[in-house]
Amino acid sequence: MNNVFAVTGIVIKEMYRRKDFYVLLILTVLITGVMGSVTFFNDEKISRYLKEICLLLIWISSLVIAITTVARQMPSEKENRTIFPLLAKPITRGQVLFGKFLGCWLACGIALLCFYVFFGAITVSREHQFHFLSYFQAATLHWFMLAILIGMALLGSLIFAAPSSNATICFVAATAILLVGRHLNQVALTLRGGQQTFVYGVYYAIPHLEIFDVRDLIIHNWPGIAWPYYATAALYALIYGGLFVTAACLIFRRKALN
Amino acid sequence: MLALLFVLCFGTAAWLDPRYTALRAQRPTDVLSVLMGDSRKMFANHFFVKADAYFHSGFYPTIFDNHESFQTPHMAGDAGAMKDENEGEETAFMGEPRDFIERFTRHFMPAMHTHLDEGGAEGAAAGADLGEAPGGQVREILPWLQLSAELDPNRIETYMVTSYWLRKRMGRVNEAEQFLREGLRSNPGDSALLFELGRLYQEDRKNDDRARNLWELGIQRIQEEKKPLSDPDKFMLGNLSLSLSRLEESHGNLSDALRWLEVFKPVSPHPSQVQRQIDELRDRLGEPVSSVTSKEQAAP
Repeated sequence: MNNVFAVTGIVIKEMYRRKDFYVLLILTVLITGVMGSVTFFNDEKISRYLKEICLLLIWISSLVIAITTVARQMPSEKENRTIFPLLAKPITRGQVLFGKFLGCWLACGIALLCFYVFFGAITVSREHQFHFLSYFQAATLHWFMLAILIGMALLGSLIFAAPSSNATICFVAATAILLVGRHLNQVALTLRGGQQTFVYGVYYAIPHLEIFDVRDLIIHNWPGIAWPYYATAALYALIYGGLFVTAACLIFRRKALN
Repeated sequence: MLALLFVLCFGTAAWLDPRYTALRAQRPTDVLSVLMGDSRKMFANHFFVKADAYFHSGFYPTIFDNHESFQTPHMAGDAGAMKDENEGEETAFMGEPRDFIERFTRHFMPAMHTHLDEGGAEGAAAGADLGEAPGGQVREILPWLQLSAELDPNRIETYMVTSYWLRKRMGRVNEAEQFLREGLRSNPGDSALLFELGRLYQEDRKNDDRARNLWELGIQRIQEEKKPLSDPDKFMLGNLSLSLSRLEESHGNLSDALRWLEVFKPVSPHPSQVQRQIDELRDRLGEPVSSVTSKEQAAP
């Protein structure tokens, strides 16, 4: 496990040395600040629109940070030829990949923590109340969702030729699942025969990222999610993330590096 | 020949100039309008619906769900700005879960029908109307309504709904009046806006004379229309004439109240009930009661 943690540490260091996270955090703070300075009908207590905008920016930023960070991990190792000295050490290919996965996931967790602390501060300043458990659930579900996405992007980085194509495909897939994944079964019911079977098949096969999008619950101050359902969702994310990492390991084990 | 050409050019220029000036005046000048063009109306509608989604604390049908009970936004129906065309049970638009994934997903999204003026998600006391008490979280719909009005200043329902919630549930009469006047600047003489402004003067400012003037102007605007009346025009003519009739009756001007009820009768969904009221007023005035109603009353 020490080998894995060594790789993980390098990925986290790389993350905080790059400017992506800082730029996105500053942009989120600036846009939210500008939107928060607008008053509607002289009412200072209106807050939900601001929460919605802030959360939307956090979600976009997290997707950008996660996908772009993961997509360049393996290609840059190969391009810079640092993969050879790395694998010359007593470390397996599987450990390298798992270390990359864990590093990216933890780095995204640290980034999310900063974003959600800002979100909490904005909410407290407007609403003068703080629903800690709901926000904790929302942030951690968001983080678990990123585990699936990071696994997906890591697998993509071994399949697709360039980091840009991998990142684009991951963005399109994640956006499509978030927007229509929940409704594919309804679409399938309007179709017939083979088409219905195919769409229903896709519905069951895709990782349902939209489950983890609980923004509506925290924007409108709904009560928190029951813990058994929360735990099941977390397990679902870890299983899917694990499946993607396992598939990536199987591919990487037989992949020629030169 | 040259003089003729000069006259022709001068005449054409004189004919074109006022039209060009008028065209320029109509053309939007703000950045948003220039950039977005007519797509603004689509976005305005989206934000209007979003305000209704906020009114339900996020419990709202998507384009994939059954819309029967959400054809008219509830916040607009409650405000009386739109004719309520909703059917069916408003809590059941999602139907039964179709599979285990959908059943599981519903634990992660709003799954209860509430209105912000009834406590919303926090109060979660569906059906417990707060009445005329300050509208709690209703203020949260206002940013989307204002955005909708800025994107499409000709969408009348936006002004009416905003004004209703501002003055009736939040007690912000000045802001409501200012917003309605902005609407009137964009839609001069609109009868629906005049009606809402009249209600504001009558109910909140207790200024019946001004309310009367505004409502009479609204009726005048509708009657000036040369084309046949549309359904929304008839709906608004009914609202205006009925309000005027009630106002005159409360002031003891029974003959004027009678006159407005007669305007209301052809556009009312229940003309026989209006006729009964007309007969009662005639009775109080000492005029003969209509034979049509006498026959209706005599019928078994």
